[in-house]
Amino acid sequence: MSDNKPLRAARKARVDVKNCAACGCCASACPRKAISIIRGLFAAVDNELCVGCGKCAKACPAGYMRLEAAQ
Amino acid sequence: MKKKWYEYLWIFSAAYIVLGFFNILFAWLGIICFITPLLISIAGGGKAYCNRYCGRGRLLELLGGRCGLSRGKDMPGFLKSRFFRYGFLIFFLVMFSNMLFVTYLVYSGAGSLKEVVTLLWTIKLPWQWAYNANASPWIAQFAFGFYSVMLTSTLIGLAAMMLYKPRSWCIFCPMGTMTHLICKAKSRRLLSEINTQNT
Repeated sequence: MSDNKPLRAARKARVDVKNCAACGCCASACPRKAISIIRGLFAAVDNELCVGCGKCAKACPAGYMRLEAAQ
Repeated sequence: MKKKWYEYLWIFSAAYIVLGFFNILFAWLGIICFITPLLISIAGGGKAYCNRYCGRGRLLELLGGRCGLSRGKDMPGFLKSRFFRYGFLIFFLVMFSNMLFVTYLVYSGAGSLKEVVTLLWTIKLPWQWAYNANASPWIAQFAFGFYSVMLTSTLIGLAAMMLYKPRSWCIFCPMGTMTHLICKAKSRRLLSEINTQNT
């Protein structure tokens, strides 16, 4: 992975931190390992690594992971 | 990408269900799935069990994902609400305590061993073929009770997988809710900081 520069994308994954059950479906679906589960509380996305592919949003059973336009 | 060893843990979950049809005493192995997540959370490992090592999660992911047995729809709001998650946890704990009490009755001699697996807490299935009276009655009673819990929750998990997304069960899984509560209790300060930032 080291030869790849962080890719820029128009959309980034965003977590509904308040409702996230921290099951980790999104983290195991992420092909770039951009998602980590913080202290078993909720998922967090590393915006530098996220390419907005949407695999996490598809994996999240509760729909708490969405793609939003990057700021 | 090379597969990690824990991606094969679905074999454990599948084998557990199958073994229960041959010898009910294998049900005792299920305690691993109850104690490990709690120990990991208490030791500060967060929800690593749910995130990586849960055999059932892996099984649902495999059947619903690669095998395509899931509709892939979002869950209805009620099923993912906190009310339902905590409510299901309480219901689960009450039924689990009841199972322990029945085991105690058999242990004390006040009750007799019932060679049945109870599905969905109501349907009693005769299961005597999986027990050949080679253990103390209370050990067998616990095995029948524990296997009932595991089989029931596996079936609910599979139903949720088919109707919604593969790992929909994980949202209201009582073990997941319990470990989540432990993690929340351990990170109270961090959570209150996040809440004050948001308001």
